[in-house]
Amino acid sequence: MLEAFLSKNLVTQGFGKTDRKDAWWWEQVFTVVALTVFGLYGVYRAFENGFYEVGPYLSPFYSPNLKALFPQAFDWFQLSPAFLILWAPLGFRGTCYFYRRTYYRAIFNDPPACAVDKPKQGLLRPLADYTGETLFPFILQNFHRYFLYVALVLVAFHWVHAFQSIFWDGQIGFGVGSLIVWLDTILLTLYVFSCHSLRHLIGGKLNTFTGGIFSRIAYFKWFNQTKLNQEHWLYAWVSLFTVGLCDLYIRLVANGTITDWNTWGLDWSGVGCLH
Amino acid sequence: MMMSLGVVDREFHVFRGLPDADGEHIGEVKSFTVPVQPGWVVLDALLYLQAHNAPDLAIRWNCKAAKCGSCAAEINGLPSLMCKTRLDHMPLDKPVLVRPMRTFPLIKDLVTDVSWNYEINKRITPFTPYNDDQSTWRYFQEDADRVQEFRKCIECFLCQNSCHVIRHHRKFNHFAGPRFLVRLASLEMHPLDVADRIPFIKEEAGIGLCNITKCCTERCPEDIRITDNAIIPLKERVVDRYYDPITMLLHKIGIK
Repeated sequence: MLEAFLSKNLVTQGFGKTDRKDAWWWEQVFTVVALTVFGLYGVYRAFENGFYEVGPYLSPFYSPNLKALFPQAFDWFQLSPAFLILWAPLGFRGTCYFYRRTYYRAIFNDPPACAVDKPKQGLLRPLADYTGETLFPFILQNFHRYFLYVALVLVAFHWVHAFQSIFWDGQIGFGVGSLIVWLDTILLTLYVFSCHSLRHLIGGKLNTFTGGIFSRIAYFKWFNQTKLNQEHWLYAWVSLFTVGLCDLYIRLVANGTITDWNTWGLDWSGVGCLH
Repeated sequence: MMMSLGVVDREFHVFRGLPDADGEHIGEVKSFTVPVQPGWVVLDALLYLQAHNAPDLAIRWNCKAAKCGSCAAEINGLPSLMCKTRLDHMPLDKPVLVRPMRTFPLIKDLVTDVSWNYEINKRITPFTPYNDDQSTWRYFQEDADRVQEFRKCIECFLCQNSCHVIRHHRKFNHFAGPRFLVRLASLEMHPLDVADRIPFIKEEAGIGLCNITKCCTERCPEDIRITDNAIIPLKERVVDRYYDPITMLLHKIGIK
C-alpha cells in the first residue's frame, strides 16, 4: 500500500461529518444523558450519607450495610460508607466490555458512531494520538475480571438484602419496596452473570470441550452463559436504571415523601434516619 | 419500509474519481436517474448505469449473492454490500448515495485497493495440527460449532472499513483489524491446533488498539458476532498471559 496513504494518523472532516442519513446521534445523546443523570445522582447520594435504610429495605448504594456490620469502625471513619462500596460497582461497570463500547462512543467520540467522523480534539488528548487500550489509563481495562470477583460478592449481599426485605419483626410479608429490591437484585445478578470475562473464565478459555468430565461441565456452563451474554447490553442498561430506581424509592420512603404499601400494614414513611 | 409495485425512476449519487499520487480519493459525486424495477438491489441499479449511462464506471462484483464479498461499498454512508442492499428498504424520495470504501486507497470510482489485507493474512501462523496424520484427527460437534461461525466470513472487508482504528487512524502497520482477529480466533480456538499466537495477537495484531466499539459487528453482512465471540475472547486470553498475575503464575507452573 502507498506509504503516503499510511502516513496519516487521523483522517477526519470534522466532528459528526458523515454521509449517513439515519439518526446515528440518538444513541450518543441517550448515553450522555443517562450516564450524566445517574452519575450526578450517585455522587449526591454517596455524599448524602442518609435515608438509605428504612423498614426492611436497604439501598443498593449502601449494600452491604457496613455501619451495621462494623459500627466501631465508623467512630473514626466519618465519611459516607458508600465511598467504601461504590468503587466496586463503578469499577465493574467502568471496565465492562459493553459500557466501554458505550462511553468510548458517546463520551470519547472514539468514534461517535460507525462511519461518523471524529473531532480532532478528544476529551483527554488529541485524537490523532489514538492508542486504544494499550496505555494508561485504558490499559487498566484488562483488570475487569478482578472487579467481577468483587461484584460477585456484592451480588451475594444483594440477595441477602432481598430476602431481608420480605421479613419484618419475624413476620414474612412484602411491600412495594420488596418488589423493587427483588427486581433490582435479579437484574443485577443477570448483569453480573452475563459478563464477558466470566464467560471466558468458566469455559471460554478452553480450546476443546470434549477432554473429559471437567471439559463437559465447562461446556455446559459456557454454553448456557453464552445465552445470557448475548443480552449483556440489555442487562447493563436495565440494571443501571433499577439500581437508581431502588435507591430513589428507599430514599423517598425514608425521608417521608412517599408511603410504602406493604402487607405488614406498617407505615415507616419518614422513619429512615439521616445517619 | 417503502414498497413500490412497478418501475420507478430513482436518483443515484455515485462517486466517480481516480486516486491522487497518495491513493486518496479524488473525484466528485455524479447524479444519475435509473428506472428501478421491483426487488432491485443497489448493484442492479449500478449495473444498469454501467450498461446505459456510464460504461466506464468501475465496480468490483462477482456473485451478486452476498457470498463473494467483492461489492463492498458505502451506501448512504453505511459500509454495506451493494448486492445485499435492497432499494425498496430506502426512502423513495431521497437519492441513494454510493461511495467506495473510504478506508482503502482508491483504484477507480467504486473500486478500492484492499491488498493490504492479504499481506496481513500472510503473517498469521496457519493451522498447525498436533500431528499430520489426518486419520487420527477427532473432535466433537461442540468444538466445531464454536469456530464454524468464523468460517462464514466472506472477506468483504466491510469490518476493516468500518473499524475506526484503520478508517480514521490508519493503523495499518500496527493493527490487523477485525477480519484477521476473527481468523486468529478461529485458529486459537481450534481443538486440534497447537500453535501459540497470543504474543502475535498482542504485539503485531495490536489487539489492544481495539476499543470494542463494535462497528465491525454492526456492519458484518454475515452476522458474525465479531466482537463478542472473537475479539473479546482473544482479549481475555491476552489478559491471561500478560496482565492477570494469577493466571500468569498458573501458566508459569504449567496449569492452563
